[in-house]
Amino acid sequence: MIAVLKYNAGNIQSVQNALARLGYESIVTDDPDEIISAEKFIIPGVGEARSAMRYLRGKSLDRVITGLKQPVLGICLGLQLMCTYSDEGDTKCLGIFDSVVKKFPPFDKVPHMGWNNFSALKGDLFRGVSPDEDVYFVHSYYAELTDYTSAICDYVLPFSAAMHRDNFYAVQFHPEKSADTGIKILLNFLEL
Amino acid sequence: MLKKRIIPCLDIKDGRTVKGVNFIDIRDAGDPVGLARRYVEQRADELVFLDITATVEKRKTLVELVRRIAEEINIPFTVGGGIDTIDDVAALLNAGADKVSINSSAFRNPQLITKVSKQFGSQCVVVAIDTRMVNNEWFVLIDGGRTPTGVRTKDWALTAERHGAGEILLTSMNADGTKSGFSIGITSEVSNSVSIPVIASGGAGMMDHFRDVFMKTSCSAALAASIFHYGEIEIPELKKYLASKGINVRI
Repeated sequence: MIAVLKYNAGNIQSVQNALARLGYESIVTDDPDEIISAEKFIIPGVGEARSAMRYLRGKSLDRVITGLKQPVLGICLGLQLMCTYSDEGDTKCLGIFDSVVKKFPPFDKVPHMGWNNFSALKGDLFRGVSPDEDVYFVHSYYAELTDYTSAICDYVLPFSAAMHRDNFYAVQFHPEKSADTGIKILLNFLEL
Repeated sequence: MLKKRIIPCLDIKDGRTVKGVNFIDIRDAGDPVGLARRYVEQRADELVFLDITATVEKRKTLVELVRRIAEEINIPFTVGGGIDTIDDVAALLNAGADKVSINSSAFRNPQLITKVSKQFGSQCVVVAIDTRMVNNEWFVLIDGGRTPTGVRTKDWALTAERHGAGEILLTSMNADGTKSGFSIGITSEVSNSVSIPVIASGGAGMMDHFRDVFMKTSCSAALAASIFHYGEIEIPELKKYLASKGINVRI
């Protein structure tokens, strides 16, 4: 069973729909036992960092998530919550990736919205995916590059399009909204 | 490189597509889900569904339709038409829409934009602006273009952005339906004024029109309806053409 984090963020239904299309059953839950016993865990989300972290801490899910041993995938806000700190609402995050989340400087349209490609793809998540394929982004904050960066996107500046550390994976783009390329990436995660 | 987006728009009434669509091998040209799927295959970058159903009772059909679309398609889509309250917005987003497009009610009550963007994030709020040029100046019209407001288009776009809009869908009523090209002047003025993405709409008739609006303005996307539905322009062909002109598109 795949567990999808239930919290105060949007876009959770889209992730569940994508899993269903790929033939995977999922539950949306904020129950620690269900999360711990799931085969895989996904933190989806479009939302705001501060209120999301407050929700997670209120339910002690911050400690549950950082202690997980199964494959975990953060999507969009999910990736940002897995970093150390976010400028959005001056928020201390989960600290899985040693990266700081910052707002895009106003040198181009913000949010970064639409299809963009990426480079320096590393790891299992990108098996069969080439750098000239496009995925769908929509975000105003970005995670800085770190040693854990497993894909780089360039918009205004280079930032982490994906990150990977041990069993923790995260993508800034929305695989559930990224047509065929998104399907490949989701399947790569589901087949880990 | 961020790609310029091509967005087909489908008009919906009582849960069915209104304008005829001539995909040859589609059995039910009135089925929005089948058409949406076809556009996904053609590598449309997003879809917009514009509901023109009048009655409240029948609008419930829309939420059900949005749910079916969300189950089927894996690219972002926007739903608009007659959205008045935060409850309308919540119902559509919870059914799986990625964005909602708000027009007259946002103009009458800009606080609605603020409320939606605070609750669901500004990325899901598209403010649709219908604009018409009168004596060389562009003004906002509401109520499906029936009511002039006397407010300058650029001013309203900036106000909408300040209230939390994540994107502007700008339709030129002078150009709409003419197939003589997008209104370059106002699209350029608005997209240079705001720092959020602008979708150009109204007037697409030829592939050159898309090239022009992308080369001469800083808009992020271009929207069209009938030329795609009637197959006058095929999206894969359009994208190949734009790429050959040096415009970054998702092929």
